[in-house]
Amino acid sequence: MTASTTTSPRALAWARRRQSFARSWAAYRAQRTGMVGLVLLGAIVVLALAAPVLIDESALSVTQATGGRMEPPSADFPLGTDEVGRSVLALTLWGSRLSLLIGLTATVVAILIGTAVGVTSGHIGGAYGWFALRISDWFMVLPSLVVAIALLAVLGRSMGTTILVIALVSWSGTTRLVRAQTLTVQARPYLERARALGAGHWHQMTKHILPNVLPLVLASATLLVPSAILMESSLAWLGLGDPNVVSWGSILNRASDNGAVSAHAWWYLLPPGLAILLVVLAFMMCGRALEAVFNPRLRGEQG
Amino acid sequence: MTLLEFRDVHVTYTGSRGRVPAVRGVDLALEAGQVLGVAGESGCGKSTLAMAVLRLLPKSAEVSGEILLDGEDLLTMGWGRLRAVRWTGASIVFQGAMHSLNAVQRIGRQVAEPMLVHDKDLSAAKAAKRAEALLERVGLPPSRARSFPHELSGGQRQRVMIAMALACDPDLIIADEATTALDVMVQAQVLQLISGLVKERGVGLVMISHDLSVLSATCDTAAVMYAGKVVEQGPAHEVFARARHPYSAALGAAFPVIGDPASRRNPGGLAGDPPDPGRLPEGCSFRPRCAVAVERCGEASPELLEVEGARLSACFVAQEGEPVVLG
Amino acid sequence: MTEVPPPAGGAAAPPAGRRARRTSSGFGRYLLKHVGGAAVSLLLVLFSSFFIFRLIGGDPIDQLTRERPVSPEQRAAMRAEMGLDQPMVKQFWDYITGTLTMDLGDSFQYRRPIFDLIVERLPATLLLSGTGMVLAVVLGLWIGTRSGWRQGSRYDRAHVGTGLLLYSAPTFWLGMIVILVFARYMGLFPVNGMRSPSTPPDFWSQALDIGHHLVLPVLTYTAVVYAGYLMIMRSSILDEIGSDYLTTARAKGLRDDEVRDRHAVPNALLPTVTLVFLAIGGVVNGSIVTEAVFSWPGLGSLFVQAIFYPDRPVLQALFVLFSASTILAVLAAEILYWFIDPRIRKS
Ligand SMILES: Nc1ncnc2c1ncn2[C@@H]1O[C@H](COP(=O)(O)OP(=O)(O)OP(=O)(O)O)[C@@H](O)[C@H]1O
Ligand code: SF4
Ligand SMILES: [Mg+2]
Repeated sequence: MTASTTTSPRALAWARRRQSFARSWAAYRAQRTGMVGLVLLGAIVVLALAAPVLIDESALSVTQATGGRMEPPSADFPLGTDEVGRSVLALTLWGSRLSLLIGLTATVVAILIGTAVGVTSGHIGGAYGWFALRISDWFMVLPSLVVAIALLAVLGRSMGTTILVIALVSWSGTTRLVRAQTLTVQARPYLERARALGAGHWHQMTKHILPNVLPLVLASATLLVPSAILMESSLAWLGLGDPNVVSWGSILNRASDNGAVSAHAWWYLLPPGLAILLVVLAFMMCGRALEAVFNPRLRGEQG
Repeated sequence: MTLLEFRDVHVTYTGSRGRVPAVRGVDLALEAGQVLGVAGESGCGKSTLAMAVLRLLPKSAEVSGEILLDGEDLLTMGWGRLRAVRWTGASIVFQGAMHSLNAVQRIGRQVAEPMLVHDKDLSAAKAAKRAEALLERVGLPPSRARSFPHELSGGQRQRVMIAMALACDPDLIIADEATTALDVMVQAQVLQLISGLVKERGVGLVMISHDLSVLSATCDTAAVMYAGKVVEQGPAHEVFARARHPYSAALGAAFPVIGDPASRRNPGGLAGDPPDPGRLPEGCSFRPRCAVAVERCGEASPELLEVEGARLSACFVAQEGEPVVLG
Repeated sequence: MTEVPPPAGGAAAPPAGRRARRTSSGFGRYLLKHVGGAAVSLLLVLFSSFFIFRLIGGDPIDQLTRERPVSPEQRAAMRAEMGLDQPMVKQFWDYITGTLTMDLGDSFQYRRPIFDLIVERLPATLLLSGTGMVLAVVLGLWIGTRSGWRQGSRYDRAHVGTGLLLYSAPTFWLGMIVILVFARYMGLFPVNGMRSPSTPPDFWSQALDIGHHLVLPVLTYTAVVYAGYLMIMRSSILDEIGSDYLTTARAKGLRDDEVRDRHAVPNALLPTVTLVFLAIGGVVNGSIVTEAVFSWPGLGSLFVQAIFYPDRPVLQALFVLFSASTILAVLAAEILYWFIDPRIRKS
C-alpha cells in the first residue's frame, strides 16, 4: 500500500506498459504459426551469428577453394560446390549474415524515416503535412524495384547504397500507419490537456505520441524485414549488389551467370533460395501473428 | 393451432467473456392473427430470442428447447426444410435497418430477392413489379426501388425492411425494434402500418421493443423479459396499466423519451445497472434493483406462475398478492 | 488535397435539373481531384527521373564513350548534339517536352529511337503480364473469398499456407527452379525466350509456339502475384462476415454460397479493387524479374540489360514508363471506384 502511494507517475506508466506487453505476449503465444515463426527465426539468427565459429571465413575465398567445379554433394561438401570449387554450405551459411544485416538495417532506416515523417506530418499538419503525405503516397505507388534499380544504377553498387535504396522504397507504408495513429492519439483528451498546460511540439511528440505509436510500428516492421530481404536478393541477383560480399542473392547471381541451371546443379540453386524462403516465411509468420495481436478481428473469434 | 410456440428455450453464447446465458428458459405462444409483445431493457435477450426462431444465431450460440412453427420444430428440422421455411413461414424486420440492408444493392432487388429464391418459376420482371407494389404498400414511391439504401432516410429504410418482410406472404412476422430509431410521427405511422397489415392478412406478429407503452397500444399479449427470462406475461394493456412484477412496473412507469438513448438503457429511471448475464445474483435476478424485495428473494429464483386470471408473474411478492410498487 | 470551388451558378440552377446537375458536378469534382493528383505525381516522376539520371548520374558522355579515347572536340560535338551544353533549366524543359511528345532520345546500346524499341517490345510484356495478371486476380479472388468465408477451416489453412510459401519465395529463384524442373529435367517446355527460330511462319504454328514458351513464365509470375490478392480478398471477406446484411440474406432462405456470392463478395470487392490496383507496383516488379529469368523479349529484360551497358536513356525512359503506368493504374482504380461503390457518390 505504502509502495503504491509513493510510486512516481513515471514508474506507473512503466508498470502499465509492462502489463500491456504481458497481455500482448500472451495473445501472441496463443498463436501456433507465430511461435513456429519465432523459433525458426531464432534458429536462423543463431546460425548466422555462429557462422564464423562453424566455418572459417577462408572457405569463401576464391583462390583457396579446395573443391572441383560444381561438384554434387559429397562427404567433403555436403551441399556440393560452386563454379570455383567453394562449398555451397559455407557460402549459404555466411550469406545469411549479409542478407539479414541488410534486411534489418534497411528496415531500421525505413522505419526511422517513416516514423519521423509520419509523426511530424500528423502532428504539425498544414502545408507540410499535406506535402509529406503526397510524397509518401507517391512512393507507395511507384514500383519499388524500378526505383531501386534506377537509383543503384546511378549511385553505384555497395552495401551502403543497397541499404539506402531499399530504405527509400520502403518507408512510405510506415508513414501512413504512423500518421493515422498520430491523428488518433492526438484527438485523445490527455493530449488536449497537455497542450492546454503548454506542452511544446517536441514534448508532445516524444512523450505522448511516440510511445503510443511505437508498438504498432514495431509490429509492422516485422513485415517490412522480409520484403527488404526479398528486395536485396532480387537486386543482388540482378548483379546490383555489393561485388565484395556474399549474400544469398549474390550466390544465386553467380549461379545463373555460370550456368548452374543448364548444368542441372540443383545443389547450387536450392540452398540459398530455400534460405531466403525460410527467413522470409519466418518473418511473415511472426508479422501476421503480431498483426492479429493488434487486430483481434483476425484472430478468428466469431463463428 | 398455435402458430408459434417457444418451449423452454435456452440460448448460451460462448465468447471471449466466457459463457453468456442470454436466454434462460422461455415459454411463450402466439396464435395466428394475434400480436405478441416482448419488452425489456437492452441486453435482456430479446433479439437473441428472435434470431433463434430462424436459427440465425452465430455458431458460438448454443440453443436448446423447442421452437414450434405450425407445430414443426425449427431447431431440429433439416437445412433444406429450414431454408424453405425462412421468410415464407416467418420473416423478420431486423433491428437497425441501415446495416441490415446490403449497401451496394438496389432496394428493389433486395425486396424481390426472397420471392425469386422461394418461387423458382417467378420471372425477374414479375418479382420487380411485385417489389414495387410492396414499396407502394408501405408508403414509398415505387421509383424508390432503384435507390441504394444510403439514399433513404432512417424511416424509409425501416419501411423497406417491412416491405421486404412481407415479400413472401409469411405466416409470422417478427419485428425487432422496428420503430425504435424513428421519431414520434414516423413511429406512429410505421406502427399503424404494421398493425394494419396484420389485421388485413391475418398473420401472427411478434413485436419486440424496450418500450412497454408502445407494446400496450398495439399488442394483444405482452411478455416482459429480464435477464433472459420472461418475468411477467398477460394482456398487454393490463401489464402496462397494472404491472404484477416490480420490473414491469418500473419499465412502464415513466414514458421514456423516444430517441433518448439514456431512457432506453435505464427505462423509467430504474436504479442500478442492468444485469450482467455472465454474473447473475443468487435467487431472483432482479433483487439488486428491487425496491420491494423480501428475504426469500435471495434464496430461490421465482418461477413464472399465474397470479390472477390470465396474468403470470415471476415475483414472490406478486404471487403473495402483495403490491409490487411502494407507496 | 486541393479544394475545388463549387461550380459557379450551381445555386441558381432550376430545381428540375438539380439532381442530375449535382451528380454530374460531383463526379466532375471527384475526377478533377484525382486526375489532378495523378498529374502532380506524373510531374514528380519526370522531375525525379531528370534529377536521378542527369544530376547524380554523372556525365553521360563518360558513360557513352566508356573509357575509349575521345578527343575534346569530339566530346564537345557530342555534348552539343545531346543538348548537354545548354543551361540546366533549358535541358529540363527540353526533357519534359521531349518526353511528353514521345521523343525519348536514342538508346546507347541499340543506337535506335527508344520509342521504337518500346513499341517493339511492349506486346511481349503485355502478353506475359496480362495473362499472368488475369490468372492471378481470378485465382487470388476466388480462393481468397472461400478462404475468408471459412476462416480457420482446413481449406483456409492449406491455401493461406501455400500462398504464404509462394509469396516468400524470391521470384527469380522460383523461375530458376521452374526452368530446372520443367524445362531441364522433364523437357516439357522451352528454357527461355518467346519463339523458336525453327517454327513455321504460319499463324497457328507461331501462336502455338508462343503459347508453349509462355507457360513457364506465366506460371512463375502467377505463383508470385496471386498470393497477395488472395490475402487482400480474404481479409476483405473477413471484414464482411458477421455483418447484419448477411444475416438478412440468410434469413431470406438463401443458401450459404448464395449469401457469399451475391452479398458478401460484392461488398468485399469494393475495398479490394483499390488494393488490387495499388499493388500494381509489385506486379511491375514481378514482371521485370520474370522477364529477366526467362529472357522474355519484353520491356523488363530491356530494362535489366540497360543496367549494365549502361544504357542510361533507356533506363530513364523505362523508369518513367513503369512509374507512369502504376500511377495511371491507380487513377483508373479511383475512377472505377466511383462507378462501383454507390456510397462514395453521396459525399
Ligand atoms: N454474438 C454474441 N456473443 C456473445 N454474447 C452475445 C452475442 N450477441 C448478444 N450477446 C449477449 O447476449 C445478451 C442478449 O443480447 P440481445 O441482443 O438479445 O439483447 P436485446 O434484448 O436485443 O438488447 P437490445 O435492446 O440492445 O437490442 C447481451 O448480454 C449480449 O451482450
Ligand atoms: S421476487 Fe423479490 S426480488 Fe424478485 S422481483 Fe419479486 S420482490 Fe423483487
Ligand atoms: Mg436487440
